[in-house]
Parts: sequence; structure tokens; C-alpha cells
Amino acid sequence: MAHPDVSRIGGAMNGLPLLDDRMRRLLLESTQETLYMVMWSALIAIAVGLPIGILLATTQRGGILAFPPVAWTLDFLVNIGRSLPFIILMVAIIPFTRAVAGSSIGTRAAIVPLAVAAIPFFARLAEGAILEVDRGLIEMVQAAGGTTWQVIAKALLPEAVPALVRGATLTVISLIGYSAMAGVIGGGGLGDLAYRYGYQRFRGDVMIATIVVLVVLVQGVQWIGNTIANRLQRR
Amino acid sequence: MIEVDRVSKVFGRGTSSVSALDDVSLRVDRGEIHGVIGQSGAGKSTLIRCVNRLETVSSGTIRVGGEDITRMHGPALRRARQQMGMIFQGFNLLSTRTVAANISLSLEIAGMPRAERRTRVEELLRLTGMTSRGDAYPAQLSGGQKQRVGIARALATSPAILLSDEATSALDPATTGTILDLLRSLNRELGLTILLITHEMEVIRRICHRVTVLEHGAVMESGAVSTLALRAESRVSRALFGTPQKDASDPQLHVVVPVDGEHAVAPLFAELSRRFSVEPRVVKGAVEAVGERPIGQFVLAFDPGVSEEPVRWLTRTYPGSVVL
Repeated sequence: MAHPDVSRIGGAMNGLPLLDDRMRRLLLESTQETLYMVMWSALIAIAVGLPIGILLATTQRGGILAFPPVAWTLDFLVNIGRSLPFIILMVAIIPFTRAVAGSSIGTRAAIVPLAVAAIPFFARLAEGAILEVDRGLIEMVQAAGGTTWQVIAKALLPEAVPALVRGATLTVISLIGYSAMAGVIGGGGLGDLAYRYGYQRFRGDVMIATIVVLVVLVQGVQWIGNTIANRLQRR
Repeated sequence: MIEVDRVSKVFGRGTSSVSALDDVSLRVDRGEIHGVIGQSGAGKSTLIRCVNRLETVSSGTIRVGGEDITRMHGPALRRARQQMGMIFQGFNLLSTRTVAANISLSLEIAGMPRAERRTRVEELLRLTGMTSRGDAYPAQLSGGQKQRVGIARALATSPAILLSDEATSALDPATTGTILDLLRSLNRELGLTILLITHEMEVIRRICHRVTVLEHGAVMESGAVSTLALRAESRVSRALFGTPQKDASDPQLHVVVPVDGEHAVAPLFAELSRRFSVEPRVVKGAVEAVGERPIGQFVLAFDPGVSEEPVRWLTRTYPGSVVL
């Protein structure tokens, strides 16, 4: 497809405040699709990434579960996941997506690559959050006769929670960005809407509306994340 | 209660290895406050951490209540650790838990049911004078209050032994005093055995019954604080009263005489005058309360021509004396 003349988008902006009903419905649907993809992939990323992050932080040399081969392996895998641009990862794992979601096309299917990309992302953030916890607290639980599990459950995790919430916030925001690319595999969502209507059909109003929704979404997520993290911080 | 027997600890291997403890032995009796003093890098922190096995010894044994902790593993080690409370220089409180919940932590680890935990936490808040602060978060507390919470948590499971790792080093002098008073009263009222490490002689002087001086990982001297304070050449005495010095050019004879404040001092001068007709001048004099016992030190100056007898009598009568 030839690139359209970008300057023509400006001409269509005249109708901006007056998105017709169909467009409004499309915008609403796309927002819901984005939220659906982002929320599910974020939940999966946190559920899978957190244990990986814990293992990354605790199996390193000097950690409470010190077992470097596990740390090296996870580190290597996480680096692979982090080194692929999302658009490439998404296409590269299509067979896997098909195996997991039954299809490689659609909003539901898009959750798979989104989660796959976000797992190593959140795992790294979780690792950092846990490594930030004062080592003295680990020794305190050990000195009180606590098990390794109690060290994790009563000191490392609770003390890392504010940083983990910040990491989760960052993950959700990154996923909102990634999800825009999910349109490529028919994932729908705001990115898809902006591309198909705003760009390909020169609907500047749709483009602007999409941007507004995305900005509001990101601001809202960041605000909620900050509020929760600050409330949990207690310092 | 605690018997450290010929313990050595080496960090690292081969040429890059560092010896932190070198053949260290010491005993802490039941109900005693035993202080280990040394400069940073002397190995005192390693030593106390070996006692509850946060650190593993390279050789030697440590018996706690008769059981060799260096050979323990798994559940047995964790049970043994529950019999020893530990307090830290950095307090090590969980910032996301309230004071009450921080204290409750060691009870949770010990598996005490929730209802009992609540009553026990109340008792501990009372014991440490923190009754009104149970719902506060550590960030809202002063350093002294944080250490009280640390002490309450360490004592929650009613251990017989408290290990104190530089517990007052992060506190100002006045707060240090109140925390030391608390430790002493816990020692007296609960019969708590305390092994503490510090780099401050002040801590040793105020609350310790016995002291072990560690230098470069080795024991330099060990004994009752008052006994060592009464020996002018001991490290404890020098830390308390300063190192006795005299200009080489000074022809006078100086004798450093430690005196036990429980005995009268006046006879010293009376005897010197009566027996030997010498009247030395006091160059320096100081008295320190060691525990609650006043122990002093005089530096007496004799004229250059003084005969040997009065000096010999002095060093015999006051065995800790040193002639300069």
C-alpha cells in the first residue's frame, strides 16, 4: 500500500468533536479490547513473572536459595525475551500462540504474545524490587528461626510490594503500548483502530480520539499505581 | 550457656582468603552480660553471627546450652535459633508492618496461634515501654523506639539468650543510655543472658559483667570488667582511663595505681608517708563507674631520687600498678 499524504489528515480534523455514533461505538469497543488484552496479559505476566523474579533474585550466588545454574538459565531466557522487539516476537511465536489460544488471530489470541513479552519484563522488575530489600531483614527472619520460605513470604515479598506495584504499573503501561501492535494479527484494540481509521482512512478525528483515550488510560493507570504504591510504602 | 571453643573463620579461599576469627575461645555464663569489644574489622560481628549460625565456622565448636550449634541443620537449627533473640545495629524492622506486627513476627515464626500472639505482644509492648505505639509504623518512630521494638521482637519467644549486634551504635548517647538501662533491667528481671558486641568501651563499662577484647580476630584479653579495669596495663583499663604516658625526658618516676572504689584511698597516702616518708604528687586521677562499682586510677609522681621500697610496696599492694 502506498503511503497516503499525511498532510491530508489535517483536513479531516474539522469534524473532530463530532465523532458519529458508529465511530463512538468503535472507539468504545476498541478501548474494551485494549483493556481486555492488557489486563489479561498483565495478570498472566505478574503471575508468571513474579515467581521468576523471585528465583532470579534468590538463586544468585549469595542468595537465600543460592543455586547459580538456575539463576543463569533464567537470566539467559529473560534476556532473550527482552531482546526481541514486540512486533517480531509476536510474529515469531505464532505457532505457539495457535497452540495455546487455538487461533493466532483475534483479541484473545493477542493475549498470548503480549503475556510472553511482558513476563520477562515484569520478572526483571520483580528481581530488582526484591534485591532492593535490605539484606538485614533476611538475616532477621533467619535469626528468629525462620525458614527460607518464611524469609520470602514474611520479609522479601511484603517489603518489595511497593516496588512490585510500581513495576506492575510500568508493565501495564508498556502493554498498552505493545497492544497497539496487536492489530497486526487482528487483535483489535485502540492501536488497530488508529491505524485502520486514523491512518489508512485519513480519519484525523479518530486518530486524535484514540490518542486522547490512550493518554487518559496511561495517566489513569500511572495515577492508580502511584496511589497504591505510596499508600503501601509506609515510610 | 554459650561456649565458644577454638573457633576460626576464614572467608574466601587460597591467596585471597581473609582470616576473620583466629582460634577464639570464650564462655558466657547463664545470667551474665558478656561484651565483646573490638574495632571494626576485629571479627566481633563474625563471632556473634557464628553463635546463631548466620555464619558457619571454619573450625572449632560453639555450644549453646550444651548443644553444638555448629553441627545443627534444618529444623533443629531453627529451633535453636528460636532460643536466642537477636537485635541489630540497623534495627531490621519491616517497614510495611506496624510495631505490634513486627513484634508478632517472631511469634508467627514460632507457630504461636493468633489469639495468644496478641496477648503476648501486649506484654512485650509493656515490657519495653512501647504500650502506646503498637499501631505505629517504624518510619514514625525514633531510633531508640525502633530498638525497643527490636528488643521486644527478640524477646517475644522468651529466649534465654539475647545476642546484640552493635545495638546502640546507631543511637545518640542519651538514647544509648536508656537502651542499655533496658538491657540491664531485662538481664536482672528475666535472668536474660546477653552476649553483645560493641566498639564502645562505654557500653562495656555501663552494663557488662565480663568482657572479651578482640583484635584482628584474636582474643587479647577476657575477664570480669572490674578485674581488667583494675589492671593498669590491660586494654580495658587503657580504654577507660587512657594510655599512661610520660615524657622520656621527665626524670620523675610515675606509678599508675588502679584503685578499687570500694576500698578507702586515704590509707595509700598515709602508708607511703608513715612507712617510707614519701609524699608523691597526684599527676592524674579519675574514677569511672564500672557497672555500679567505682574504679579509679591515680598516676603518682615520685621525685627522681626515690628509693625502691615505696614503689615496690605500691606495686605489691596494688597489683595492677604499672611503673613508668
